[in-house]
Amino acid sequence: MFQPDFEAMSRTDLEALQLERLSNTLDRVYERVASYRAKFDEAGVHPSMVRSLADLASLPFTVKDDLRAAYPYGMFAAPMRDIVRVHSSSGTTGQVTVVGYTRGDIDRWGDLMARTLASAGATADDIVQISYGYGLFTGGLGVHYGSERLGAATIPISGGNTKRQIQVMKDFGVTVLAATPSYALLLAETALEMGIDPRDLPLKAGVFGAEPWSENMRTQLEEALGILAIDIYGLSEVLGPGVAAECECKHGLHVNEDHFIIEIIDPATLQPVPDGEMGEVVFTTITKEGIPVIRYRTRDISRIVPGSCSCGRTFRRMQRVSGRTDDMLIIRGVNVFPSQIEQVLTGIPGVAPHYQVVLKKRGSLDHVEVHVEVGPDFAFDEIKALEHLQRRVGAEIASALAISIEVKLVEPKSIQRSEGKAKRVLDLRSEGSE
Amino acid sequence: MIEQVSVFLENKSGRLAELTRVLGDAGINMRALMVADTAEFGVVRLICDRPRHALQVLEASGFGASVTEVIAVAVPDRPGGLADVLESLGSGGLNVEYAYCFVEPSGDAAVDIFRVDDPASAKSALVSAGIVVVEPGALYVAD
Ligand SMILES: [Zn+2]
Repeated sequence: MFQPDFEAMSRTDLEALQLERLSNTLDRVYERVASYRAKFDEAGVHPSMVRSLADLASLPFTVKDDLRAAYPYGMFAAPMRDIVRVHSSSGTTGQVTVVGYTRGDIDRWGDLMARTLASAGATADDIVQISYGYGLFTGGLGVHYGSERLGAATIPISGGNTKRQIQVMKDFGVTVLAATPSYALLLAETALEMGIDPRDLPLKAGVFGAEPWSENMRTQLEEALGILAIDIYGLSEVLGPGVAAECECKHGLHVNEDHFIIEIIDPATLQPVPDGEMGEVVFTTITKEGIPVIRYRTRDISRIVPGSCSCGRTFRRMQRVSGRTDDMLIIRGVNVFPSQIEQVLTGIPGVAPHYQVVLKKRGSLDHVEVHVEVGPDFAFDEIKALEHLQRRVGAEIASALAISIEVKLVEPKSIQRSEGKAKRVLDLRSEGSE
Repeated sequence: MIEQVSVFLENKSGRLAELTRVLGDAGINMRALMVADTAEFGVVRLICDRPRHALQVLEASGFGASVTEVIAVAVPDRPGGLADVLESLGSGGLNVEYAYCFVEPSGDAAVDIFRVDDPASAKSALVSAGIVVVEPGALYVAD
């Protein structure tokens, strides 16, 4: 642990610290950011009314459009003379959001990223190759400052020129890799093409983030590179990388709760959901000076992993992000995230994690059909085994989604391979009842 | 032991035709075909030439298929012939999961295919009861 005084502090102390920092942040934005003041006034709330952490739920949300409307500096809570760095989220013209950091923000960001690298086992003895892009994107420089803060030898190679990356990894004796998971896979494949087995290199850990990835991909990366692979999470509107990270237990990402308050809400009702339930992740920054955000809706879907972690950190964990709120379906009044189906399927032998949801109307009721591929290695002769599989998939999906569904087993590789709502979900409910 | 190819099919029209076309185009000769279906899906069971090759061809064409070991028996052409076969399997404690029958164009005897839990003991039970167990070479070209 890089900062055990914080990362393992008691929940009572942590909550007291959160409340104090939250109050300061609310005062700061109310005083300095016109759009927050207007929003609070309109909602009839004032920073002085927030006397407990639970009162946070009475404040209005912030969404990406608020940041866009404030382009470029409208939501900064520090004068430009105090801003020392500016980053920007990717996006087409007019969709860009700009974030600014004070010297203090950069300093804290370094600590948070050092924590992240340390939770992958990195120390000052390590050699860290940063293959995230440098530039307006927060990934490269975010990890960079954390690696230097940790005292590791930092290689700012940025993305691209894959063969040179591998030469550097080999010649410089790199022990920790920071990259997007898809780029890490490309590195592994390219190394093999070059006749270098990455498992023979001193590489021992990887911190991977900036895009969603799966447990399968973790297994692939860990085997191909011979490393411990951990998931890291962050977004530029909240900070950049360093908001949350897995520890060596690889069972949820510890949120740096001394700097960010996490809430999980029902994206339809906007009410908080109990710990353990899936919903939209909402963050409030409580130490940022340049551009604090209050109840920022990330559109990412996750949940709080209940219970404490054996690593000793007391920060609560969020589960690996499993989708976007844009993908959410409302079926018979219940919120359903298609990614939940994929999670269920991953745990059932005999089926592939590919599915399609078909929604129809039967009378006035929604009828849900889930098409699931039988795995290519199934013993197809066994009708009983197929029927058993069908029932099991049905029961497990129904229990995960809390709605009844009908499962249809389909032939291997018959469902189109694609991400995104358009292909995963076929909504025929507006086409009338059958 | 006879190698039977089992193919999983969704219940949608034209799929069985596609399956037979794929095998036909690959020059695979089918000796017997049996469809078992439920309301939701079907399993097609095939006795054909070069079953391993057939499996590869089917998988390459996107079918879910596997090879299953079954027993083929030349059923005695007299009353009670099939009963004798089933009784000798039953007395050995062997459970028949399914059976189907086809007629060999070359001979006049009917061939019965049995799927049992334990094909090896079934074979010895049948042989000791004096029943003719058909070898692969008599039905198809093995590979
Ligand atoms: Zn932990």
